[in-house]
Amino acid sequence: MGSPTEIDVIEDIETFRSRAREWIAANLPLAKPVTGEESESADYDEAAWARARELQKLLYEGGFAGLCYPKEYGGQGLTPAHQYAFNEEVAGYEMPLLLNSPTFSICGPTILDMGTEEQKKKHLSAMIRGEETLVQFLSEPGCGSDLAGVVTRATRDGDVFVLNGSKIWSSWAYAADYALCLARTDWDAPKHRGLTMFLLEVNQPGIELRRIRQVNGNEEFCQEFFDNVEVPVSNVVGEINGGWTVASRQMFHERNSVGGGSQYVSGRLMGPKRRSPTAVMAEIARRTGRSDDRRVRELIAESHAIGRVREHLIERVVAGMRTENLSASAGSIIRLFGGMGHLRQTEIAVEVAGPHGTFSLPGTMGDREIAETFITRQAACMGGGTTEIARNIIAERVLGMPREFAADRDVPFKDVRRSR
Amino acid sequence: MEFELTRDQQLFRGTTKDFLEQEASLLKVRELAEAGGGFDRDWWRRGAELGWVSMLVSAEYGGDSISGSGLRDMALVAEEMGRLVSPGPLVVTNVVAAALSESRFSAAHSTVIERLMSGESVATYAMCEVDRGWDPAGTQLLASPEGDDIVLTGVKDLVESADQSEYMLVTARCADGLAQYLVPTELPGVTVTPLTGIDLVRKFSRVRFDGVRIPRSALVGSGAETEQAIERQLQIAIVLQCAEMVGVVERVFENTLQWMSDRYSFGRPLSSYQALKHRVADMKMWLEASHGTTAAAARAVDARSAEAAELVSIAKSYVGSIATDIIQDCVQLHGGIAITWEHDIHLYLRRATVNRVSWGTPSEHRERLATIIGV
Repeated sequence: MGSPTEIDVIEDIETFRSRAREWIAANLPLAKPVTGEESESADYDEAAWARARELQKLLYEGGFAGLCYPKEYGGQGLTPAHQYAFNEEVAGYEMPLLLNSPTFSICGPTILDMGTEEQKKKHLSAMIRGEETLVQFLSEPGCGSDLAGVVTRATRDGDVFVLNGSKIWSSWAYAADYALCLARTDWDAPKHRGLTMFLLEVNQPGIELRRIRQVNGNEEFCQEFFDNVEVPVSNVVGEINGGWTVASRQMFHERNSVGGGSQYVSGRLMGPKRRSPTAVMAEIARRTGRSDDRRVRELIAESHAIGRVREHLIERVVAGMRTENLSASAGSIIRLFGGMGHLRQTEIAVEVAGPHGTFSLPGTMGDREIAETFITRQAACMGGGTTEIARNIIAERVLGMPREFAADRDVPFKDVRRSR
Repeated sequence: MEFELTRDQQLFRGTTKDFLEQEASLLKVRELAEAGGGFDRDWWRRGAELGWVSMLVSAEYGGDSISGSGLRDMALVAEEMGRLVSPGPLVVTNVVAAALSESRFSAAHSTVIERLMSGESVATYAMCEVDRGWDPAGTQLLASPEGDDIVLTGVKDLVESADQSEYMLVTARCADGLAQYLVPTELPGVTVTPLTGIDLVRKFSRVRFDGVRIPRSALVGSGAETEQAIERQLQIAIVLQCAEMVGVVERVFENTLQWMSDRYSFGRPLSSYQALKHRVADMKMWLEASHGTTAAAARAVDARSAEAAELVSIAKSYVGSIATDIIQDCVQLHGGIAITWEHDIHLYLRRATVNRVSWGTPSEHRERLATIIGV
């Protein structure tokens, strides 16, 4: 037993780093080298999810899971600096990257901030042990950016709420155990004041799940249909009719995560088979004899610079929010840069690669990935909140400019005009 | 400016800011512009007393930084100067002071270092040649030994404040590659021709060297180490230049926000229009990114990191072009008032444009970056 005055001293970064390095080398397999021939779905099929849980379990047993989560919920109680050191050390090794978003960097922090003690004990520790994955049920077919306009109905019936409606754009729902689901519980209140957030078990009667195929063939997104789905009152996160507060917190974490500023991401955010775009373009330029072409060289350098500047911006904005020199809404700045930088980088890649990035031999992907990424590039300006919403937030909440007119402000939601 | 400053750095920044606001207001800048003479030497000497030329000099010669990271301290001054488009040879004098202090032959230059630090003397940097850019490989000015002396012949271009400087650090070609010499501007054979530029208080000159005779003791560096020394000088210059540009843009951006909330059209302030708010949001993003990449370059150069060359070219290529984009759009948001001589925004646009093209254009730095990253 420790003495009553025992102080929980946080391990210094360099000691932690060398301990992590040693453990990683002894326990984690190296990441498979990227050949460009991998099938798209191999990233997120059932085997990939099973593997992610397995790796998470391994990290947990080694004491390297949930580094920035409090110890009482199964984490390590360390600082972002420890996580960044770990990220550097673990580069090149196989990691459960699928669990980073939304489980660890969006849903986890939201439960940590807003959940009950029981919810935190149950879900955070299961998540850190690799036994539970979480997703977001937010957008609906009729509302995306205007999230507070959701019409999924939750009606109280004794100890449960009964849900009816539909959710969409939920990444990885087919592999999830629980979802943070926003539903309307009061139709007489103005739209932001009649919402409630639920921890909803995904695999249960009444929930029908369909996968959505995107233009690049990717099938990570899902749509769900709720037919009298029951959820216990004890699974309400935050207050009943206080769901907007929870959703706002959740979107704050989402913007940080999408922008690359979350300390709950372990390893890289995602993209196990992404090759460095700079390296790919330099290789194509060499192969096609254009390494000396000033225009090609400048384009590749510009793309590389965008990637590095994004890192510098994240570092600055995170420091600005931590020291309260920038408002907590400043995460939208990195979100916007992430989207806009991606647009320019994918355009440069198509320009530099030309036909080499657009066609491949039958049955192979090769550098065609460049054009496949290009045709889905706008997704980077939608997911995690559109860049238009990010611009509104920067203008209104970071810079204090006047808010947009809202026709639904202070109007009972049942009287608000909606899409047909 | 970095968010996390030490107490001493905050104090230093505050002193510099107060001094600049009192002694180099925009009104004063306009007076200097009217007079056409560049900066005020007495004013510069008082700035030097605040430490403006001491931060990159080693302790051996009396140099001292505020935080232990002299370049990051200097970046604070450069940024404050940018906010007021201050005159003064901050970048070049510091580059020369650092070069002399870091030179193998620093002892021979100790008196000059001291004079630069006290503000009694000013030194400038003569590297670039006509149509040859900032790549030292373009150097054609010749240094030939003659008896105990070295004789310099050639032309240097875009030498900042040459007509107000006592010394120049001259990069020359000699038998075994490049060498650098400290040359007094008053020597016979030196002809300084001030160029007409667009910055109203920061003057540049073309300098001819017609058989300028200097002693061998004028040597600052030669042989294999010269290339590294020149790279280091470029890195220091660009960090300070980018910090200045960030200050320039930030001030213009603040003024534009104020304008947009004061100016009403169709019964609403400009700041209430979403089409304009979204443009301003983009500018805020670019401005914060410029801060971030400049700070990253400053840290890398200060620490002599292996990434310093890369981060410097990233910062210059990014900040160099985005700065003028932002200011031009701020001109647009102001409307006609911003293309009048009386409105201050053109002072900022002038400084940003000169900075964009000096010490390498964004395009030249992208080309350089391509080589650095192995394209």
